Amino acid sequence: MKEVAKKNEILVEAEGVSKKFCKDLKTSLWYGVKDIFANVGGNKKERVLRPKEFWAVKDINFQLRRGECLGLVGHNGAGKSTLLKMLNGLINPDAGKITMRGRVGALIELGAGFNPILTGRENIYNNGAILGFTRKEIEEKIEAIIDFAEIEEFIDMPVQHYSSGMKVRLGFGVAAQMEPDILIIDEVLAVGDLGFILKCFKTIDDILPNTAVVFVSHNMPMVSRVCTQIILMEKGQSKFQGTDVSKAIDLYYSRFSSNEKNEIFSDGSLSLEEADLLEAVNIEGVSTLKWGDDLKIHFKFKINKKLTSTPRFNIVLLDKEQRPVAILENNNKDSAISFSENSIEFIITHKEIQLSKGVYSINISVSKKIDGRHPLLRINNILSLQISHPEEVWQPFLLKSKFTEIN
Amino acid sequence: MGALKPMVKIYQKEQSLSFFKIIKESLQDIYASRFLSRQLAERDIKAQYRQSILGIFWAFVTPLATAFVWIFLRSSGTVEVTDTGIPYPLFAFTGTLLWSIIIESVNSPITSTNSSKSILSKINFPKEALIISGAYKVLFNSLFKFLLLLVFLFYFGVGFHPTLLLFPIGIVIMVFVGNTIGLLITPIGMLYNDVAKAIKFGFQFLMYVTPVVFAIPAKEGIMKTIMEWNPFTPLILTVRGLGVGNIPADLTYFWIVLGGCVPLFLIGLVFYRISIPIFVERLSA
Repeated sequence: MKEVAKKNEILVEAEGVSKKFCKDLKTSLWYGVKDIFANVGGNKKERVLRPKEFWAVKDINFQLRRGECLGLVGHNGAGKSTLLKMLNGLINPDAGKITMRGRVGALIELGAGFNPILTGRENIYNNGAILGFTRKEIEEKIEAIIDFAEIEEFIDMPVQHYSSGMKVRLGFGVAAQMEPDILIIDEVLAVGDLGFILKCFKTIDDILPNTAVVFVSHNMPMVSRVCTQIILMEKGQSKFQGTDVSKAIDLYYSRFSSNEKNEIFSDGSLSLEEADLLEAVNIEGVSTLKWGDDLKIHFKFKINKKLTSTPRFNIVLLDKEQRPVAILENNNKDSAISFSENSIEFIITHKEIQLSKGVYSINISVSKKIDGRHPLLRINNILSLQISHPEEVWQPFLLKSKFTEIN
Repeated sequence: MGALKPMVKIYQKEQSLSFFKIIKESLQDIYASRFLSRQLAERDIKAQYRQSILGIFWAFVTPLATAFVWIFLRSSGTVEVTDTGIPYPLFAFTGTLLWSIIIESVNSPITSTNSSKSILSKINFPKEALIISGAYKVLFNSLFKFLLLLVFLFYFGVGFHPTLLLFPIGIVIMVFVGNTIGLLITPIGMLYNDVAKAIKFGFQFLMYVTPVVFAIPAKEGIMKTIMEWNPFTPLILTVRGLGVGNIPADLTYFWIVLGGCVPLFLIGLVFYRISIPIFVERLSA
């Protein structure tokens, strides 16, 4: 096999790729008619924006070799899917050039060509044919596909009676039989249960080394896990590009950071007056602590209705994806909380914070009794804080550790 | 999979490819996707009949009903039609059934493409397979119409004659001509719904200037001229002639129509191939 020699070859190459779209359907259709005739005649003129058009993708450049994985991230409407469609040859660029060397497999829509009335088995043939398999190949692979999808029992049942997870499993089962040189993945694995998702990742991991992968996802831990290079797109343009995946992910998150407090619930008895992060440094508008610093938060509440006892304070830290990563210990009877007629004030401290580098936000909920029942107040995102550390890890905690010699 | 040569695909705006190169690629894709075309046709046919009790019957209803109406109009003396040379019911049945094949084949490319909209915008496969699968479906339905026609032919005493063997070929030619017309209007028809509506509307009238339910009037006049110029006329006359055994003496116009459709079909393929990305770009979901 020449495989080894080909290890380093460039499989995907995009040079100055741009695509424009039209905002208005009627105009768009009319441009379409004009384009059909212009393109048949060989349309070599430089494309400029016509009225009501905009660049959906503008000047994207990259090279991707076998074994590499390019992550495309960006907000909804940033142009990721449009770029994927061009890579897949579904639409043509308006400027620039895309070169694809090798067999292209696209995991964009699983189970394309399924007809709901026909059985799972019949639909394996339909889907397989659309993905470019021959009848013989499907016949050879059909058992593997059914095994992979784990729907042996229902294979001769009409697909319309399948659950959505079963359909996706069957679709992925067929797609997994492709042996592509270039694999394009758009978020398709969102459906299906955990067991199946893990199976899909295993399959993708298996083919990664011999494939150039273009991966679109909003799931950043996944992106940082598989991608070797990344493009952060914004309004069709590349905002950041390179092999520093974590930097792009930070940038991606910073686009979302809103410092808006969000009061979820209040029974009117308490209101938050102050919440400050103490001993933090302000870096570019975000309160920052060094990894290992003490986390100290000062809270002050105003009491609007008389309270009989000290309420319970529940303080939760969330990561950039709004997943709770930690909770601070609740107050108990012995906690030093200054409780007066019309205010409650305290400082809560956590020593030597070991959260890994990144931005976190804090939610608080207050409930009437120490036992935690009867909510009084819940506020999300009261503060955001950044932890700085030279090392970037995607796990939420970087725990202090020490290696010792055995002797 | 099977391909040995390294596949390099280049996508860029310049459609500098020559006309002939596109035709060549298009024909290659038709050949390469023969399994896909068959599979798609099989899928649609199976699904269609699995959800129906009367099944193929629906393919006949409209043409037979039209024929019955005309047979009744004529036998009751409501309308008078030029002598057709063969038993009138046979004339009407052959006319409407063949006409329904033409209509179906004209609509086929646009229908197949539109029904695959969702796949077109997500998966790259040889689009020509949609055209071919559409043709397969029309041929499948035509097979039953052909068998029904045979029943009529024997019932009305035409019986067997050598040209009957060419009758199926005649039907295939009709499908080809219909598909050619359909293919040519597909690029615009995919962008605008108006085209499909106009076709449906137009063909209702076109039927009356084609010898479907009545023959070309013997008397000189506007109707005679229109009917003689109508390119569907030689098609219907010749194919019906193959069935009943009286082929028109002058086949020139028939050959012109058929001969003209070959280059037109190839041009249609080029337009189709070029217009699909534009269609996907403008209407993909």
